[in-house]
Amino acid sequence: MTKTMRASAMILAASTLALAACGRDAPEDLPPPPPDTTMPTDPTTDPGYGQPAPGSREDFLARVGSDTIYFGLDQHDIDAEDRATLDSQATWLTQYSSVFVTVEGHADERGTREYNLGLGERRANAAKNYLVSRGVDASRITVISYGKERPVALGSDESSWARNRRSVTVVPSSTGF
Amino acid sequence: MKTGLTRILAMALAAWACLAAAPALAQDEVQPPALEAAPVGDSEEEEIDIVGGTRAATPIAVPDFPTPNPAQTPAGETGALGRQIAEIIANDLRNSGLFDPVDRSLLRSVTMPEVTAPNYDSWAQVGAQALVHGYVQDNGSGLTIGCYLYDVLARSALDRAGYELGYADWRRGAHRCADMIYQRLTGEGAWFDSRIVYVAESGPKDNRTRRIAVMDTDGANHRFLTNGQSIVLTPRYAPDQRTIVYMSYINEEPRVYIYDLASGQQRLLVNSPNMTFAPRYSPDSRYVVFSMAVNGNSDIYRVAVSGGTPQRLTNAPGIDTGASYSPDGRSITFESDRSGSQQIYVMNADGSNPRRISFGGGSYATPVWSPRGDLIAFTSGFNIGVMSPSGGGARILTRDYQAEGPSWAPNGRVIHYFQTPRGTGLPSLWAVDLTGRVRQLRTPLGGSDPSWSPLLPD
Repeated sequence: MTKTMRASAMILAASTLALAACGRDAPEDLPPPPPDTTMPTDPTTDPGYGQPAPGSREDFLARVGSDTIYFGLDQHDIDAEDRATLDSQATWLTQYSSVFVTVEGHADERGTREYNLGLGERRANAAKNYLVSRGVDASRITVISYGKERPVALGSDESSWARNRRSVTVVPSSTGF
Repeated sequence: MKTGLTRILAMALAAWACLAAAPALAQDEVQPPALEAAPVGDSEEEEIDIVGGTRAATPIAVPDFPTPNPAQTPAGETGALGRQIAEIIANDLRNSGLFDPVDRSLLRSVTMPEVTAPNYDSWAQVGAQALVHGYVQDNGSGLTIGCYLYDVLARSALDRAGYELGYADWRRGAHRCADMIYQRLTGEGAWFDSRIVYVAESGPKDNRTRRIAVMDTDGANHRFLTNGQSIVLTPRYAPDQRTIVYMSYINEEPRVYIYDLASGQQRLLVNSPNMTFAPRYSPDSRYVVFSMAVNGNSDIYRVAVSGGTPQRLTNAPGIDTGASYSPDGRSITFESDRSGSQQIYVMNADGSNPRRISFGGGSYATPVWSPRGDLIAFTSGFNIGVMSPSGGGARILTRDYQAEGPSWAPNGRVIHYFQTPRGTGLPSLWAVDLTGRVRQLRTPLGGSDPSWSPLLPD
């Protein structure tokens, strides 16, 4: 059961990554490598020795399509690509039902600070509401808007703006089994 | 009966909207670290000059203030203070754009008797049309600063004032003298004796450190109020100047806080599981209007500064934010994207009768009501503009990348805002007057979200 779910999640993740490779941005757009993947494990009981600890942040990043979905200018709708990504997140979150996550909403630098705070919150809630519709308990998801204050792409051009209009599902790094 | 000088300036003010950019001034080598004269505006400003004619700024001489009895004080030696006070006054007047202080190298020293009996001929010879004299005196518990304004052409006294200040507040004597001169010669309200709160920004674009900072309008007496550990945004001075309301990400929970300037203590304004943002005070300092985001929908609320249950003022799907009271407290202007794009609305202070006032192309955001009540400043696209509260007469004052966040001077004739460069540069603070003349405000770090205080209390 668990193995099947994991396998399907990995297939989904692989296919979404493939999509990302052709349809999204260049490799530098990928999230930064996890800071520290070494966790105390017992090789005699852990069949996944050498793999991220199940239920950990690193496990999430390795097994979901992406932690990030992207939006159009001033938009907050969830398109088919976003649904595939969020479905993979929902699958993982269903498997690890004790993990609480934060969904961050972000905007590009155009538009005023105040409006973008509202827009980021709207985007984070769009992602949250989709995850809830896929069976994730709403109480496990906290939303936070950073408006345009936390860009990942630093340019002032269309491709940078596109990468900054996003919501990111964040599993706390302290979570793990 | 008006003298020659005041008649000239009255004409200039009657044609306020057509004043053209002042000529570029050489930076005085002894100018204090303060507001920086900006380069002359580009030719685009000329379109605002609808009456025609480039009117030069009024030449004014501000020689050093003498002291009747030289003394060491906690603020410094009185003679040195007299020199600095003259520099501060000249700098304030230059920053207004309406005055052209005579170069300090052309100014001779002034004796005490001359302060009340000026030698008009000698000041006319250096090109001055107006003259400022004054003195500095230690009164034992503080400083007494005298300020005298003369019309050089008409050879007459125009106005005078005296100020008694604690040693620590000596710069305010210079600002209040400059305010007296500005008011007397332009007919407009004062604004130099005021302060600015803003967000000091440093570090890389994807990991900015942001701190609330306050400073005098000319950049002096700068200090940080927060330590930069949490993101802080949109600080606003209370009209009574006792507190500052702002948004902080303390504990990664973006909420509105009140900062008490006397105690340095801060407290949460509204205890809510939801994000609260975009706060602004009511004119009587008793209430704060702000936005609260609930499940993707942001509406405007009002709450007492002391806290309590917020009263909801808007109830429309979409992002309602940027609320700002009219100076009489009866109306609130705000922005909303309920129509499909960001536009500016005005409603009664209880939330009733909202009506849209902006109808131009593009987006209109961050409306801020002038303290005079006659105009609403806004951000449209990347520019700062003004319109009447009924929505008419909209015009754009700045042309740059990503200008936003207007805040009015106490006299309603100058607007502070911030501008963010393309790419990775830090944002900076700027001032623009209603003729479109811009200049940069000097800050130790980058700056954003300026909020201008009212005039300081006497």
